[in-house]
Amino acid sequence: MQLELSPTDAEFRTRMRELFTTKVPQEIRDTVLAGRHLSHDQIVESQRILNAEGLAVPHWPTEWGGQDWTDLQRHLWHEEMQRAGVPLPLAFNASMIGPVIAQFGTQEQKERFLPATANLDIWWSQGFSEPDAGSDLASLRTSAVRDGDDWVVNGQKTWTTLGQYGDWIFTLVRTDPEVKKQAGISMLLIDMTSPGVEVRPIELIDGGHEVNEVWFSDVRVPGDLMVGDPGQGWTIAKFLLGNERVGVAPVGATKRALARLKSEAADLMDDPLVRARVAELENDLLALELTALRVVAHSSDGAPHPASSVLKLRGSELQQAVSELALDLAGPASLAARADDDSPQEGWARRSAPTYLNLRKASIYGGSNEVQRQIISRTILGL
Amino acid sequence: MDFTPDDEQQALREAVRGLLATTYADHDARRRTVAEDPGFDEKLWGRLAEMGVLGLPFSEADGGVGAGPVEIGIVCQELGRVLAPEPYLASVVHAGGLVAACGTAEQKADVLGRLSAGDLVLAAADTAPGARWSSANDGVRATVEGDAWTLTGVADPVVGGARADLLVVTAALPDGGTGLFLVSPEAVERTGYVAADLTRAASVRFDASAATPLGEPGRDLSASIATISDLTRIMGANQALGVMQSQVRATTDYLKSRTQFGVTLNTFQALTFRAADMYVSLEMAQSMVDWATMTIAGGDPAVVADAADRVGLTIARTGRHVGQEAIQLHGGIAMTAEYAVGVGAAHVEVLGQWLGNGAHHLSRLADRVGEHEMVDAV
Ligand SMILES: Cc1cc2nc3c(=O)[nH]c(=O)nc-3n(C[C@H](O)[C@H](O)[C@H](O)COP(=O)(O)OP(=O)(O)OC[C@H]3O[C@@H](n4cnc5c(N)ncnc54)[C@H](O)[C@@H]3O)c2cc1C
Repeated sequence: MQLELSPTDAEFRTRMRELFTTKVPQEIRDTVLAGRHLSHDQIVESQRILNAEGLAVPHWPTEWGGQDWTDLQRHLWHEEMQRAGVPLPLAFNASMIGPVIAQFGTQEQKERFLPATANLDIWWSQGFSEPDAGSDLASLRTSAVRDGDDWVVNGQKTWTTLGQYGDWIFTLVRTDPEVKKQAGISMLLIDMTSPGVEVRPIELIDGGHEVNEVWFSDVRVPGDLMVGDPGQGWTIAKFLLGNERVGVAPVGATKRALARLKSEAADLMDDPLVRARVAELENDLLALELTALRVVAHSSDGAPHPASSVLKLRGSELQQAVSELALDLAGPASLAARADDDSPQEGWARRSAPTYLNLRKASIYGGSNEVQRQIISRTILGL
Repeated sequence: MDFTPDDEQQALREAVRGLLATTYADHDARRRTVAEDPGFDEKLWGRLAEMGVLGLPFSEADGGVGAGPVEIGIVCQELGRVLAPEPYLASVVHAGGLVAACGTAEQKADVLGRLSAGDLVLAAADTAPGARWSSANDGVRATVEGDAWTLTGVADPVVGGARADLLVVTAALPDGGTGLFLVSPEAVERTGYVAADLTRAASVRFDASAATPLGEPGRDLSASIATISDLTRIMGANQALGVMQSQVRATTDYLKSRTQFGVTLNTFQALTFRAADMYVSLEMAQSMVDWATMTIAGGDPAVVADAADRVGLTIARTGRHVGQEAIQLHGGIAMTAEYAVGVGAAHVEVLGQWLGNGAHHLSRLADRVGEHEMVDAV
């Protein structure tokens, strides 16, 4: 056992730190650092800069822009990006559909989609969840029926994050209602400008518009836009949801949020109770960071690590706990959440309530914390 | 960076585990051992010496093995797994550590040589009644006349103090500061007692007791004393980790085998989820323990002190979470002395209250939150 980074990894980290702080515009990084909302254009601009530097999709196969890094290097890349306030590459593109197409796609699909996906020329949305299929995703009902070479899709997806920006959506659809529910699911790539696709906004408790309903009415999808074979969708979805071991817990971002809070609410840091809450959170975050390092530092085979669930569970809890502290420190100033920009209340305090409310999602999406507990108790503890 | 024990470390773990299993194959054996004086198994102590385990932390020149912190941590984890009552932390890590840090060359060779060989059990007397985790011990005062030093006062609790062949005592020096002394048990009055986890401690009364200064006479050794205490805390965290690992394993096994309402308990999700949370706590604690242990090798006392506070806080929180849940999920059986999980909870609590509890470490960390922007693992 040994704590220090190897010289190669230390040098790697320095190089990342340098690239992230010099290549990505300060204004974009400031937006992230201050916890303000990024615009569509800022997200696209930042990902294109990263892609030009070979930093957008390092975990993809090398022929499609990947870097052949170790898990530890990927971890350092991810942490340094968060530390510098660089927007993370759009997860739907970089972490979800990209690796899926690289693994299961046809050569044509790879050539058509992968470069555009890496460069965010296509903005992907994730169309998995439905009103009656959340944690129990396999019970989804959106149907795709064969018609000549095409599939005809009908149904409704929901919770589609940033679907208002989506160019394409990767969906799970039911292609065979007769077989066992998992076996009848397939994955289709759907152009969101196709006739019959309708995106409707959902307003969340923080007042923002980040999720949508997506309706499909007789949408025709060419047959060559199915990923894998009919009925293979569930396997592909499990690959997509399970192939993340790096970055499941937003350690860097949460550490940064807490550090920022300490400096912004500096006048409240004299209160011993506040200091104790900060100290406790810092300690828990250190344990989380170390656990993430333990998971990545000694693994090169790329298989999903069961401890990913541990990281997701604890990572979301701590992310939420920091937002709770911010709200408590803001106090009455937090009421000014929707006040004008010339409000005398400080920005961090005004954002504290919406951020607190928004982050309740962290323990629901991407496999709720109950689902993670289920995975831990079943697959790790054998209960 | 590497969090995996190497082959030799793994072999050490297996060897120690194997040896401990000859004595503590089940919890009954531990119960029988702690029921009688001196509260641990002298034969096992001798075999630990033969295996080189008692000399692990000390240099070869002093009769030891010269191993690193990770190795000592592994031993402590294994001791914790079976709730071994042997005074390894008190005698080897803590008292032996003080001698190694502060003794003269002759003192080290003599005391550590005999300690490593299993011929001498040490105990550190460093706590005044009612005092709380300080490197200054004003319960005992040192006086000097000519070259002759004597000590007067009370130290309590002295962990492992009743059986010890030699006491390593911290005492307030006549000119200020804290010194260290070697004191023969014949020179003091000792009253042994049993702690909540059935391990042994003692009250030691000094009454103009003859004492030999450890190292250079009259020198203030507070800084070294503090560092050795921090090392002991980190090793205590390793020991607590071993206990908690056993508790989580026992709880999982129990949920799979205990039948109520016609089904095994793991049928009830309310329970499996609580077991999952215990596992999460345990993983976080393991990360902190490995990390804190590895910081020792760097040799910077400030870094080690910080790591000791951090791991101390984590262990205090995890110890209660895992220990309390282990008892609750076992139900009544865990309340019995014949069952290990409940006794494990007592042991972790004793370790924490001896070496520094959660409130203590949290308050020290809270004092320092303004000194850094964020806390980084490396
Ligand atoms: C902000 C946000 C963004 C999202 N973005 C997307 C997106 O872009 N694309 C997409 O496809 N989906 C998205 N989702 C959907 C998300 O994945 C689902 O919300 C999630 O899977 C939970 O499903 P549900 O909301 O239907 O809750 P339900 O499954 O109905 O669960 C309700 C409660 O019951 C618990 N529960 C469910 N089953 C069990 C069980 N077996 N044991 C114990 N407890 C259980 C859950 O944990 C939860 O607490 C998003 C969700 C949110 C909130």
